[in-house]
Amino acid sequence: MVYKLVWENLKHRPVRTLLSSLAIGLGVTMMLTLVGVGEGMLREQEARTRGVGADIIIRPSGSSVIGIAPPNINEKLVAWVLEQPHVAQSTGVVIYPLGGVSTVHGVDFEELTKMSGGFTFLSGRPFKDAQEAIIDEYFAKEKKLKAGSTVKILNRDWIVSGIFRGGKLTRMMLPKKILQDVTATTGKVSVIYVKLDDLSKSAEVITHLKKTLPDYPIYSMDELASQFSVNSVPELKTFIGVVISLSVLFGFLVVFLAMYTAILERTREIGILKALGAGQGYVLGILLRETILLAVIGSAFGIGMSYVTQWMIATFIPASMTQAIVYEWWPIASGITLGGALLGVFYPAIKASRQDALESLSYD
Amino acid sequence: MTKPIIGIRDLRKTFRSGEVDVHALRGVDLAVERGEFLAVVGPSGSGKSTLFHILGGLTPPTAGTVMIDGQDLMKMSDSDRTRLRKTSVGFVFQKYNLLPTLTVGDNIKIARDIAHVKGPLDKQFLEVLDALGITDKMDRKPRQLSGGEQQRVAIARSIVNHPAILLADEPTGNLDTENSTAVLGLLRDLNKRLGQTILMITHNPDAAAYADRVVHMRDGQLHAA
Repeated sequence: MVYKLVWENLKHRPVRTLLSSLAIGLGVTMMLTLVGVGEGMLREQEARTRGVGADIIIRPSGSSVIGIAPPNINEKLVAWVLEQPHVAQSTGVVIYPLGGVSTVHGVDFEELTKMSGGFTFLSGRPFKDAQEAIIDEYFAKEKKLKAGSTVKILNRDWIVSGIFRGGKLTRMMLPKKILQDVTATTGKVSVIYVKLDDLSKSAEVITHLKKTLPDYPIYSMDELASQFSVNSVPELKTFIGVVISLSVLFGFLVVFLAMYTAILERTREIGILKALGAGQGYVLGILLRETILLAVIGSAFGIGMSYVTQWMIATFIPASMTQAIVYEWWPIASGITLGGALLGVFYPAIKASRQDALESLSYD
Repeated sequence: MTKPIIGIRDLRKTFRSGEVDVHALRGVDLAVERGEFLAVVGPSGSGKSTLFHILGGLTPPTAGTVMIDGQDLMKMSDSDRTRLRKTSVGFVFQKYNLLPTLTVGDNIKIARDIAHVKGPLDKQFLEVLDALGITDKMDRKPRQLSGGEQQRVAIARSIVNHPAILLADEPTGNLDTENSTAVLGLLRDLNKRLGQTILMITHNPDAAAYADRVVHMRDGQLHAA
């Protein structure tokens, strides 16, 4: 019966219920979108890294496992690595940051094609001239570029010679030598990708490389893939913490205001319930259930809205961001929101449960 | 001789209004027998509503003795008075006081829910519902009913848990003559049919005439008719 009363109360003020739920849901959407973008971009980066076809990756000394690697590996090392036992192929790649998480990669296209098993061009062809660049389908979609279009990278105009199917290393590639010249990093690379002739020798090769190159972080592709998680990005963890705090505050304020006004409006009804013999616990129970229901509806809204943000990101900025739907975070985000909502209802509910029956009945 | 269901001796109630003490009840003595229909008549400010609120456990007395169905109100805490309202007293108010978001049926059910009464409605109550003429209105919301119909629902709700006493505060105060007659007739019928003890507060002598006994209240004291 109490649930019926709670439901009828929510139905009685549909606009307030809708707005409160939407506002509560916004916190859920914020959390799910942020976590989803973090996960999505990491998973996508992992898939693109795996798309290179390498078995081992050598990064510059002092670089973090996931961050953008600065081009400070001597390019001669690429040739040295190739001479090591069980190494079938090695290729050096220059990575240059363009701001935010965008980067441009300078590659030896022949080597990369051989290592990755080949590129699929949706239009155009690989770069041949010094002023040409190739881009993936997502970058082309976001920037509305076609083969033959001009794209500005590093304050220079480049002709898009081809658009390739995504999932290979990066979104924008230039000839390695050209990027080295433009960025004054001639003779340097950011990462060395290594392909083995026998994958079972991976541990052995890594041990050998680490012994010879003790300052360089060297990973097997599986080791690297295991590092592609939110936990490996401290800045993202901090940001998620900030968003969670904001969501709790948001839920608290929304529910506090909604329930405070609802209780004022229902003063007489509370008086009636008390006249019928309802104790403090009964009144408290009604308001807590109402809040929980609002939070559940809000969470459902929030989860639904996270699919909308995923669609928006995939439609409007597919190259800049990727949002995954992280199911494990549904109960977490809902629980956090519920916590904020329960904090918000605490004072109004206590106030309502302590209302004097007689005074409440006299309220008009 | 059986013990009265309501026994009041030297009941006093003093309110603090600003810096002034208001003596609303100044030594009320009253005994109401089980099954009696009593009307308390008096002008506004005579203290009859205060008496109603004390008997209903809505406010505590200041001094005196008030026994309701064997329970001493003077010794009751807030939660004891809440229990009294749940189990021993039913209210009918002038303004009906139905929950606007619930249907007629649910307004009755919630009184049972609060009192932790489970199971289907008993046969006797179903007969009362029939007599009240609201069996076909159980799915309606209060706003879809006339004042008279709302008051009949309030009467049904007040007796659904079979309280020892039914307190009615100006039950016809908001009704026209026709509906007033109907509601008063129903209260008297409940009294006769079920032996329901009823204490009705009114300022209307015509309404009071439906009761078995009428007492007058003036300046916080009761006087026999």
